[in-house]
Amino acid sequence: MTDQTMTPEERAASLEGMGCRRKRVEDVRFTQGKGNYVDDVKLPGMLFGAFVRSPYAHARVKSIDAEAAKALPGVVAVLTAADLAPLGLHWMPTLAGDKQMVLADGKVLFQGQEVAFVVAEDRYLAADAVELVEVEYEELPVVTDPFKALEPDAPVLREDIKDQKEGAHGPRRHHNHIFTWEQGDRDATEKVLAEADVTVEEMIHYHRTHPCPLETCGCVASMDKATGKLTVWGTFQAPHAIRTVVSLISGIAEHNIRIISPDIGGGFGNKVGAYPGYVCSVVASIVTGRPVKWIENRMENLMSTAFARDYWMKGRIAATKDGRITGLWCHVTADHGGFDACADPTKFPAGFFNICTGSYDIPTAYLCVDGVYTNKAPGGVAYRCSFRVTEAAYFIERMVELLAIELNMDAAELRRINFIRKEQFPYASALGWEYDSGDYHTAWDKALKAVDYEGLRREQARRIEDFKAGRTRKLLGIGLSHFTEIVGAGPVKNCDILGLGMFDSCEIRIHPTGSAIARLGTISQGQGHATTFAQILASELGIPASDITVEEGDTDTAPYGLGTYGSRSTPVAGAATAMAARKIRAKAQMIAAWLLEVHDDDLEWDVDRFVVKGAPERFKTMKEIAFAAYNQAIPGLEPGLEAVSYYDPPNMTYPFGAYVCVMEIDVDTGEWKVRQFYALDDCGTRINPMIIEGQVHGGLTEALAIAMGQEIAYDEMGNVKTGTLMDFFIPTAWETPNYVTDHTVTPSPHHPIGAKGVGESPNVGGVPAFSNAVHDAFRAFGLRQAHMPHDHWRIWRIAENLGLHG
Amino acid sequence: MIPAGFEYHRPTDVASAVAILGRHGDEARVLAGGHSLIPMMKLRMAAPAHLVDLRGIAELGRIEIGDDAVVIGAMVAQHDLIAHEGLAQALPIIREAALQIADPQVRSMGTIGGNLANGDPGNDMPGLMQCLDARFALVGPGGEREVAAREFYESAYFTAREDDEILTRVIVPRPPAGAGWAYEKIKRKIGDYATAAAAVMLGEGFASVAMTNLADTPVWCEAAGRALAAGDVEGCVAAMLEAIDPAEDNRGPVAFKKHAAAAALRRAIARAQARRA
Ligand SMILES: Cc1cc2nc3c(=O)[nH]c(=O)nc-3n(C[C@H](O)[C@H](O)[C@H](O)COP(=O)(O)OP(=O)(O)OC[C@H]3O[C@@H](n4cnc5c(N)ncnc54)[C@H](O)[C@@H]3O)c2cc1C
Repeated sequence: MTDQTMTPEERAASLEGMGCRRKRVEDVRFTQGKGNYVDDVKLPGMLFGAFVRSPYAHARVKSIDAEAAKALPGVVAVLTAADLAPLGLHWMPTLAGDKQMVLADGKVLFQGQEVAFVVAEDRYLAADAVELVEVEYEELPVVTDPFKALEPDAPVLREDIKDQKEGAHGPRRHHNHIFTWEQGDRDATEKVLAEADVTVEEMIHYHRTHPCPLETCGCVASMDKATGKLTVWGTFQAPHAIRTVVSLISGIAEHNIRIISPDIGGGFGNKVGAYPGYVCSVVASIVTGRPVKWIENRMENLMSTAFARDYWMKGRIAATKDGRITGLWCHVTADHGGFDACADPTKFPAGFFNICTGSYDIPTAYLCVDGVYTNKAPGGVAYRCSFRVTEAAYFIERMVELLAIELNMDAAELRRINFIRKEQFPYASALGWEYDSGDYHTAWDKALKAVDYEGLRREQARRIEDFKAGRTRKLLGIGLSHFTEIVGAGPVKNCDILGLGMFDSCEIRIHPTGSAIARLGTISQGQGHATTFAQILASELGIPASDITVEEGDTDTAPYGLGTYGSRSTPVAGAATAMAARKIRAKAQMIAAWLLEVHDDDLEWDVDRFVVKGAPERFKTMKEIAFAAYNQAIPGLEPGLEAVSYYDPPNMTYPFGAYVCVMEIDVDTGEWKVRQFYALDDCGTRINPMIIEGQVHGGLTEALAIAMGQEIAYDEMGNVKTGTLMDFFIPTAWETPNYVTDHTVTPSPHHPIGAKGVGESPNVGGVPAFSNAVHDAFRAFGLRQAHMPHDHWRIWRIAENLGLHG
Repeated sequence: MIPAGFEYHRPTDVASAVAILGRHGDEARVLAGGHSLIPMMKLRMAAPAHLVDLRGIAELGRIEIGDDAVVIGAMVAQHDLIAHEGLAQALPIIREAALQIADPQVRSMGTIGGNLANGDPGNDMPGLMQCLDARFALVGPGGEREVAAREFYESAYFTAREDDEILTRVIVPRPPAGAGWAYEKIKRKIGDYATAAAAVMLGEGFASVAMTNLADTPVWCEAAGRALAAGDVEGCVAAMLEAIDPAEDNRGPVAFKKHAAAAALRRAIARAQARRA
């Protein structure tokens, strides 16, 4: 078939543009072991750095004796806070407006904190030398409970700011208090609660966990003393922001810094922040004049870089007796660990937790979040969710279930009568957001029908009878969740990180032969950007996706952008891609008009070409136009065919979904099995359905892990109890259920292609679905709230407390 | 996660291995599949100066199916226990138990000898071998001796094996024809050690019951076996619950572990009874 004989549909299909289940172009390299990760970077003369870490959660550092380590042949340097202090680098700013010790400055605040940085000829020597550094500690009282941390006589954790009454986000009312963040109308909400027919109050804990990507964090810093140029390869989810931060804290001019994110083996938020390892590697490279590599091991990753969640959410919900929700009140005690290193947009110290009214039309609401220091690792990143959105979704989806219990109503029906209706969009929520679009009722009804919800409830009723009659020891839980995400941060008017507006960018160059390269300010960590962004371009430009290279992650070549997290790549950089493509198309139209000797307005776009209106045989394909851009002298037009777009989104996007989980639970052993999982996602326009399904499968599996066992747990002394993968739950294929995915399509009205982002939805919606299934199994026996994770013994404890063990 | 430095030895016969062990005393450790020892070394909880790898010793890799007993060389990998058809005929409970150890990657490296000599109460093979009343052949400077599995375990990581002895063979008597068998393990996930595991053999007038990871050694309980032999399942469970002494850890508190232990044991008994010819 030639160009001439193909129908427009066939031509469109051959582009593999939007909507196509295009195979991931990345996988050829990845499945052949040809990826290039930071640990694959090997430079001549490269040294290896490793940390001496604190075994204590709270202690004064009395002395550090590095003589024996320095005497070990092959050890080049041992850095301590004393060495960094003259450079002003013993502390560094955090993304949350706090500061964090790079190396222990007189004391340590969490187990695993960085105390000294050993630099040696290879990683084996570095590990040996770490053992030889003698640190004398004086133990201090430990506080791991955020409520105890706020008691008047609680130990002072942050002596550096103990008298500071004002923090980055307003007044501090206690030496371990970080901020108070309020949203909504307190008085009105109190009034609604006082006057309501029905109210429910409950404490809901979303436990501390960790993103735990397959590849841990690391970097290679290389200071070229001859050129004065610093190059840092690293696992950075936001390479440009890292460049600016490095410049600001080191004083090295920004043009002399090049940040490269090579292939990244998963991020999930773990690789957004700046870590002491980066600073120490850079300093060590400057001091030694040699490249320095630092790579975390798994235990270090779990103990020290960026945890997630750890929110104690006290909720009150009000409703009429027939189930109309009239008000929502929430107070969060947010455990931030020893330093406030949350990765949130600057003005949002609790992220977008104020999306906690969820999918419901709740007229009145109030939210208050208190951030607290404890002797735990810093972090608080958005682990596969937009900022604090999974906490919010879990909170509201539990509160709705609790209300259903109180009202003795079916939880699916209660949701249905409270959903924001289709015609209410754009919808202004009581806590300040403007939801762009949604059709929750259609999605919900489709989901319930797909799983035969009524049939499941009948089966559950029979099961309860059988259980009571002693015929089975297994209960059946039906877990429902309808979530609304808020992603695509975000509008520069209210979203910035360290003052950098959260726009994103795309630069496109069309080559003379009609193929192209696009560079973006984002960075894929497994999301498949090289595949999907090429598809957007293919549809916008009429160039086959296979003829388009997508490149990200090198700050010397890519346009400035804020990186990839919070499902922002498609909503923001994807929009920039479409907008840049449209600039190219506008110029292409002028070129085509000149070639065809007609007026611009006489042309119309047809898949991959401009056609003269009313004369379909007269056209110029994008390929022909591209060549003309480089070989014709067109009056009034510059040669070449390139464009760049910096996109500042007018609003966030609000993906949503309806999930149903059916779980079998053994009341004696706490063993569980997910029998069925149905996930309907509405992420607006679907760029690549296969990639969406893959993202949903992955996100649901992480949600399963979190709900059913994954946890960073501490004992009273602040020791990490779950520091290896033996105890930190990562599901294998064996534990992973079969997922059924489905969708509706409600495009975003303000996004150039209507896409909303999907990578994190399954985690946001999945956690409540799994947890609600556990709760639902025991609802008939009186369970109200049982905190996650629902590992075997905690499920056993539910049954024990309900008297189900006889 | 990088071990301290060590010398690596790879002898090709048992006598030389024993000689190397003798030369370096408690500085030396035997290396089998390495899937318990190497993690400990990476955590620097063990730092042997000398590793004596047994993988060069061919005679330790055999399985012999005799009329009265099965003899399994110490270096037989858990994967080979699963794959061996003759063994599955003679002692199907070994395959059932081995399939519940860790994951395929670990099983293709980990050996039966390492699993038994390690002395970790979480290992599955020790309880199984106590249930089966196996004997371990140990070779040291003074020659060979045999120790009953039921006598071998003293406390966590302490066994009757001397530092300079090598476990060479496991001798497992064949159970009477028609005996029922089951190995039941409750665990948090694939690759996990047992929350509670039970090995059960039963037949005409006899029963043997052992459990794993519920005390600092495997627990073979004679009274539980006696009750079960008499057909008293609940008596068996009660006797076993008396014998175990679980500790609280990330798998749960003591009360839960006892409850899970009872559940695992009841399941194993039910399955063994169903399999009895
Ligand atoms: C992720 C993971 C999950 C696991 N899960 C389980 C599980 O569920 N159940 C289970 O039972 N095990 C489990 N294991 C342990 C695994 O089965 C080990 O392989 C086994 O415990 C040790 O066998 P090895 O051959 O690897 O011994 P090694 O690690 O080489 O040695 C273990 C110890 O025994 C000594 N030793 C080894 N062989 C001999 C010998 N012939 N004579 C004298 N001393 C000897 C060594 O010196 C060492 O002290 C797991 C391991 C991992 C890494």
